[in-house]
Amino acid sequence: MGKKKTLTGALLAAAVMTVAGCSGQGTATGETANAPADPADASGTIKVLTHRTDLVQDGTMDKYAAEFNETYPEVKVKFEALTDYEGEVKIRMNTDDYGDVLMIPAAVAKNDYPKFFAPLGSAGELGGKYRFSDKAEVAGKVYGISTFGTANGFVYNKAVWKKAGITDWPTTPEEFLDDLRAIEARTDSLPYYTNFKDAWPLTAWSNSIGSVTCDAKANDKLGGAVSPWKRGSELNTIDSVLYGIVKEGLSEKDPNTTNWEASKGMLAKGEIATMQLGSWAISQMRAAAEKGGTDPDAIGFMPFPVQKGGKYCAVLASDYQQAVNIHSEHKTAARAWIDWFTEKSGFSAKEGAVPALKTAPMPSTLQDFVDNDVSFLERSEANTGQVNAIDNAAEIGLNKPDYRQQLVDLARSARKGSLEDFFADLDKRWNEAAATAGS
Amino acid sequence: MTETTHTAPAKVPRADAPPPGTARPSSPRRGGLPRRLTPWLFLAVPLVLLVTFTYVPVANMVYYSFTDWDGVSPERNFTGLENYRQIFTRPELFRVFFVSFYYLAASVLQIAIALYFATVLSFNLRFRNLFKGILFFPYLINGVAIGFVFLYFFQDGGTLDSVLSWFGAGTDRAWLGDPETANTSLAGVSVWRYAGLNFVLFLGAIQSIPAELYEAAQLDGATRWQQFRHIIAPGIRPVIGLSVILAISGSLSVFEIPYIMTGGATGTTTFVIQTVKLAFQFNKTGLASAAAVVLLLIILLITWIQRRLVPDEKVDLV
Repeated sequence: MGKKKTLTGALLAAAVMTVAGCSGQGTATGETANAPADPADASGTIKVLTHRTDLVQDGTMDKYAAEFNETYPEVKVKFEALTDYEGEVKIRMNTDDYGDVLMIPAAVAKNDYPKFFAPLGSAGELGGKYRFSDKAEVAGKVYGISTFGTANGFVYNKAVWKKAGITDWPTTPEEFLDDLRAIEARTDSLPYYTNFKDAWPLTAWSNSIGSVTCDAKANDKLGGAVSPWKRGSELNTIDSVLYGIVKEGLSEKDPNTTNWEASKGMLAKGEIATMQLGSWAISQMRAAAEKGGTDPDAIGFMPFPVQKGGKYCAVLASDYQQAVNIHSEHKTAARAWIDWFTEKSGFSAKEGAVPALKTAPMPSTLQDFVDNDVSFLERSEANTGQVNAIDNAAEIGLNKPDYRQQLVDLARSARKGSLEDFFADLDKRWNEAAATAGS
Repeated sequence: MTETTHTAPAKVPRADAPPPGTARPSSPRRGGLPRRLTPWLFLAVPLVLLVTFTYVPVANMVYYSFTDWDGVSPERNFTGLENYRQIFTRPELFRVFFVSFYYLAASVLQIAIALYFATVLSFNLRFRNLFKGILFFPYLINGVAIGFVFLYFFQDGGTLDSVLSWFGAGTDRAWLGDPETANTSLAGVSVWRYAGLNFVLFLGAIQSIPAELYEAAQLDGATRWQQFRHIIAPGIRPVIGLSVILAISGSLSVFEIPYIMTGGATGTTTFVIQTVKLAFQFNKTGLASAAAVVLLLIILLITWIQRRLVPDEKVDLV
């Protein structure tokens, strides 16, 4: 009998444990993840969480790891690719187990970085070396290093634009719309493709904030009750361009059935003339052109159609930033990986992206920008935490597709209302949220 | 729901505890506390699973609904009823329930179709089992796959347009492009998918009606319609009642088909899609939990009202 009692007790205890499990936070120290002084100092197995499922599957990441091992033989790098990166990592961050190196998810509030990530060094030390370091800076310490950055603009098919008789980049939004109209009239191509169904390409429009007034701090200035969509503002200009395109019927007829993967081939073949995207897309479009047997050199990239003092401005925005888990047991090895991957792997050059390392040259994909003397602005992120807090409180989503999908629906009359009212409502929500959120 | 399932063919093994009082007669004096614990010992594993994966998450959700948690931050502040106040004072959060009416209307059609085919296929027909299989098949397909298939189906110049053009009705319509046709199309997909489930439930119930009844009815010269009206319909009433409850709660909590196909764009956002967006896009886990609790309460309330209006009477055909 006594035996039975023990068993029952054990089962009950197990039940209680199961219920109470998944608590127990490890001790979080503010210890800096320093780079190893000597490659031999870095050792252990580290796990890298990444959103690049494609690169893990085709073995590219393993090749990087093998190259990394030539310098750091004691470190074993394992990759875990997550399809729904944001969603999954966010949930895992409630435990201690979220890899050794990870991309900082957008969901984590900037002020919470010190609770989740090990500091990598002071702002002064890393800021001089890397671009975009202020995006992960909290109280003078930097918590993440950018994998790479992108310039924003329009990917276009040079052959189609030429066929429509256009040789120069448009300098104003009106000129841009005129050009698209010319393409509609003179060629068989679809002038513009929204990628509405896949939704995330619509979010990239926000990366042009700053291009209109040529102000690297434009995004920071949204942190308050500033009516971001008022006449003449960055967002008013940007969103009016999108509205104009759809309103005039210069985009696809049924946006709810667009297909991102197919759109690459369509642009390469000239079935689509223009798409708004980051410069990272250029190499993917060129790859699609090679695969489809068309000329990769037909893929061009133009800046947002606004000039200031006769010059275009292109804002450079950071992609994901790599950070070290504060609970990691191999912080030195983790840091060694981040440094090596950013500086020595050649990853950003291969992706045709803007390197995080300031001394590295601009990628060949942006050669047109360099030749045409486009000024690059590195987007200031000093106030991003506050801007995001307001954005979430207002449920607008500058970096989420919803409100732009509504804008497209409005433009093609699938939604009632006028553009003025739409912008006024966004302003109202933004300003109300600014009064309550964050700070 | 459980109170109606006993009318379905009860071949499912019951998960109940072994009945008490069946102790072996050889050891009457050795009872006491441990003996009474025995059933609990057997129950421990299912109970632990039930508590861990059902009640703890629900309790957590209710707890989150009183906080301003963003889903990641280790800090969460207790905000009392603030989230609930927001839900009931922001009309746009409730407006999405109008989308449910499309699915509710569709489920009436769905039950009618299922009932028709269940009745027809319960009589002896050629290829009966083949048709049963065809009707039930859509329910077995993964919802994500269905979403993708139907995206091609509704595409501009896709399957639907080509089929229509064979009949000369060449449409030039963006099926998912405007809110009206988008919701109708999505509700149509939902009917296609779930009619099979209703069909199988109805068929099972119809087949549990004794065959003599039909024989007697046929001898009396009853038509098929009269057989349906006076034998089948009353005989499967509890299952129809169950299907209606499932249809209503399903219509209020539609999620995967519109989420995969349109992501809630163009006025196809349902209450659950909105909740998911609040939680995972705008990091308002607290508010989203409150919305989930409200949805749960609404469904419980509707079920309760429905059970009140149409009580579950004992079926007695003979």
